[in-house]
Amino acid sequence: MSGMGIGALMMPSVPVIGQAVSAEHLLEPGIDAAAKKKLSEIALNAAKSKGATYTDVRIGRYLQQFLFTRERQVQNIVNAESYGIGIRVIANGTWGFSATSDVTPDGIAKCAATAVEIAKANSKFQKEPVQLAEQKGVGDKTWKTPIVKNAFEIPIREKVDLLMNVNGKALDGGASFVTSNLFFVNEQKYFASSDGSFIDQDVHRIWPTFTVTVTDKASGKFKTRDAISSPMGMGYEYLDGVASEKIAGPNGLVGYRNSYDMVEDAITAAKQAKEKITAKTVQAGKYDLVLDPNHLGLTIHESVGHPTELDRVLGYEANYAGTSFATLDKWQSKTFAYGSKLVNIVADKTQPHTLGAVGYDDEGVPCKEWDIIKDGILVNYQAIRDQVKIIGEKESHGCCYADNWNSVQFQRMPNISLKPGTEKRSVMDMIKGVEKGIYIIGRGSYSIDQQRYNFQFGGQVFYEIKNGEITGMLDDVAYQSNTQEFWNSCAQLCDKDDYRTFGSFFDGKGQPGQVSAVSHGSSTTRFNGVNVINTGRKI
Amino acid sequence: MAILSKEEAKKIIDKVLAFSKADEISVGLNGDRSGNIRYARNSVSTSGETTDLSLSVTSVFGKKSGTATINEFDDASLEKTVRRAEEIAKLAPDNPEYMPMLGAQQFQETQSFAESTAAINPGFRAQAAFNSIDPCIKKDLTAAGFLQDSAGFSAIGNNKGLFAYNKSTSVDFSITVRTADGKGSGYATRDYNDASKLDTKAATEIAMQKALASVNTKALEPGKYTVILEPTAAVDLLQNMMRSMDARNADEGRSFLGKKGGGTRLGEKLFDERITIYSDPANPEIPTSPFAGDGRAQEKVTWIDKGVVKNMYYSRFWAQKQGVKAVPAPSGFILAGGTESLADLIKGTEKGILVTRFWYIRAVDPQTLLYTGLTRDGTFYIENGQIKYPVKNFRFNESPVIMLNNVEAIGKPVRAAGNLVPPLKIRDFTFTSLSDAV
Repeated sequence: MSGMGIGALMMPSVPVIGQAVSAEHLLEPGIDAAAKKKLSEIALNAAKSKGATYTDVRIGRYLQQFLFTRERQVQNIVNAESYGIGIRVIANGTWGFSATSDVTPDGIAKCAATAVEIAKANSKFQKEPVQLAEQKGVGDKTWKTPIVKNAFEIPIREKVDLLMNVNGKALDGGASFVTSNLFFVNEQKYFASSDGSFIDQDVHRIWPTFTVTVTDKASGKFKTRDAISSPMGMGYEYLDGVASEKIAGPNGLVGYRNSYDMVEDAITAAKQAKEKITAKTVQAGKYDLVLDPNHLGLTIHESVGHPTELDRVLGYEANYAGTSFATLDKWQSKTFAYGSKLVNIVADKTQPHTLGAVGYDDEGVPCKEWDIIKDGILVNYQAIRDQVKIIGEKESHGCCYADNWNSVQFQRMPNISLKPGTEKRSVMDMIKGVEKGIYIIGRGSYSIDQQRYNFQFGGQVFYEIKNGEITGMLDDVAYQSNTQEFWNSCAQLCDKDDYRTFGSFFDGKGQPGQVSAVSHGSSTTRFNGVNVINTGRKI
Repeated sequence: MAILSKEEAKKIIDKVLAFSKADEISVGLNGDRSGNIRYARNSVSTSGETTDLSLSVTSVFGKKSGTATINEFDDASLEKTVRRAEEIAKLAPDNPEYMPMLGAQQFQETQSFAESTAAINPGFRAQAAFNSIDPCIKKDLTAAGFLQDSAGFSAIGNNKGLFAYNKSTSVDFSITVRTADGKGSGYATRDYNDASKLDTKAATEIAMQKALASVNTKALEPGKYTVILEPTAAVDLLQNMMRSMDARNADEGRSFLGKKGGGTRLGEKLFDERITIYSDPANPEIPTSPFAGDGRAQEKVTWIDKGVVKNMYYSRFWAQKQGVKAVPAPSGFILAGGTESLADLIKGTEKGILVTRFWYIRAVDPQTLLYTGLTRDGTFYIENGQIKYPVKNFRFNESPVIMLNNVEAIGKPVRAAGNLVPPLKIRDFTFTSLSDAV
């Protein structure tokens, strides 16, 4: 697709955007807010003069630095910059969008005219004129991710040394192969609208990750274990691995909160991947599941995050991602039991260290927190300015996002998190109460239907629980359930001391596809009587 | 102008090569004009068009390489980009797997460019959307669709004598039609190099029929069933298998093609003897570029011959290490088939399930290529050669390797997502649970 740069050719599975530049170039400041304001005013005026009744302008500089290694070598280092302007208008009651990398007064005026032209052309098909929820202009504002260390300022050498250390420790620990990566993103976004908002934001994200593989020649088996890091809305300080952010789990296992010890995790990963080779294959049946936040985050993402996106509910994603079982009538009933009474799910774009945290969304709406599921009942959705009226609200939730200046913004998931339990409870306490269960850590295979009823999830490591104790590792585990049934089987929550966030760095949606990054917080949670299948096969 | 001719592209590349001070330099020049229109709820939701022309320079000193890209084409900008690539290369760590650049290659002619597609404009897209939305409105159905077209070129040149140029076009269309009560859903998709072959109305009519026919489903017990996979359903699983045929992973013992005790399963009969899969960049139905991204020639390659694994694909580094020909991964494949149509396969089925498409396919176990996913947008029960009634969607857990051992019948291949895939009749396909999704 447009917007995919050279990096995309080198590493096809990772969406790199923009032009390849040097690492030093990533530290050069872009133009200042005053200059961006002048340029955006050219767009606002040009669009208005062509007949736009509403205009928003995003001047974006998107920086990426990605490092890829395997075993003892660096495979690739991508430094990329993408700079341009996207102009969205309403004319004849219809949206129009155009974008250009020609950020000159002339280029901007032409781009604005094209956006109006497209809006007018498409208005022929429009059945209902677009109606925006009111948003008073906020004037000149700035927001910055509260980072301690700007990852782009850390020398490449230091980053390579870290990854070589990670790989070395994994290999020393018995790994046959290891790949490791660092992803750093900085979005320098300026938003201006005809409502009178001029917002300058500097957003940082980080994701360190690896995959350790162990092969066993004699049996022909191979097993992998991925990092249990989380992508974060943080700077390089996430990699400090400070002891106070480590959470001690059962059997010497460690969870990471807002600081990650990548080397320690690689050593554990090699050990666990070896253990997986000889792990016992699971007996299919019903189990009580104890789900670690680093696993549960994806289940929340898929089974609560996506079905409560209002654009899906309304049918805007019907041809691709699908619609939703969480229909308006269920919400209107005020009695739809999405989960058990323990289930409280909040949406937010404000929680520190998360991927969703920004000051304002991509339509200039200040960010906030709101309930999606309260005491088990579906109470709200995720909405943006042109859809929030459908659920009887006057103010947008602030969920609008575009992954680049050349992409049109649309509804994207805010952080969607499960509130921790209010009673004091550790993971060890929780496991003690489980008679026949499985403790699952890490993100594995995941699949869910187009209305988000039926899902199947795997994980990175699985431990059998018998009579309140972990008895050993299991293999070939996946659980299948129905969203409502699953959340109603939620039986126990660990408390806030166990609360951690999981994240999705490249969440895909839309046609043409766009990515976004989102966090999901939870503490370790127990679900009773979930159907577990055995995924072992012979070929 | 985003689409340069061969001569124009060569002129720019030669100019860039002349600026080089590095041991090796490779220049990639790509341009395209792409557009799209998206609709939902019987109304256009987004539409846009972009043009792009960019040049990438990779400079190499010894085993250090650096890449820089630019989208400005004056001499000063081109020279600056070469210098920048050289600076990045000098700072890069040695790549022990670096392979010297290719010299001149022989490429076959392929017809991957169609003027009809290159001529698509906003009016064409609007009409294509209208032709799809209008019949749905008239039948009280709801259309959501997406059309995306692209026309572009790709050129590569280096200072070892390599020069490659290709122009190509593509148009991709997909349509989901839902009934007003949300109880029925149908789907159709089409892709071509040549947009004159695209009829969005005809494709939409198939999706409409499926939507109307799929209301009032019956729930069948999960289990093993004989299935007829339409090409749109079969292609996803087959594509996943083809993407797993990397030789290095097999040699390293981390692929379904790795062997107990070491080595690979090259030469082993892994599939039913009726399974032959090959690739051919010049095939008139699915013409693709005659060269891979790194400049290697794409040739006709047989990957699976009568059920036997014949070839795997290699990086140039791994091929040299193993002392074999560096066959690149193909950009499309052909599963050879017979002459029977989908209707013929249905007619010849006593009991079975017709699958329109699969959705949300994810790898469960790379060792056995076990995948899970769900049926979607039109799943029907067949009895005595006829479609009897719609059934609730299923989740499957199945491996394409097992599936291609359980072949009952193979139909006539049709184009699906850039490949040629026949409808397949498969016995004992494993459905593990039911889904309420429509």
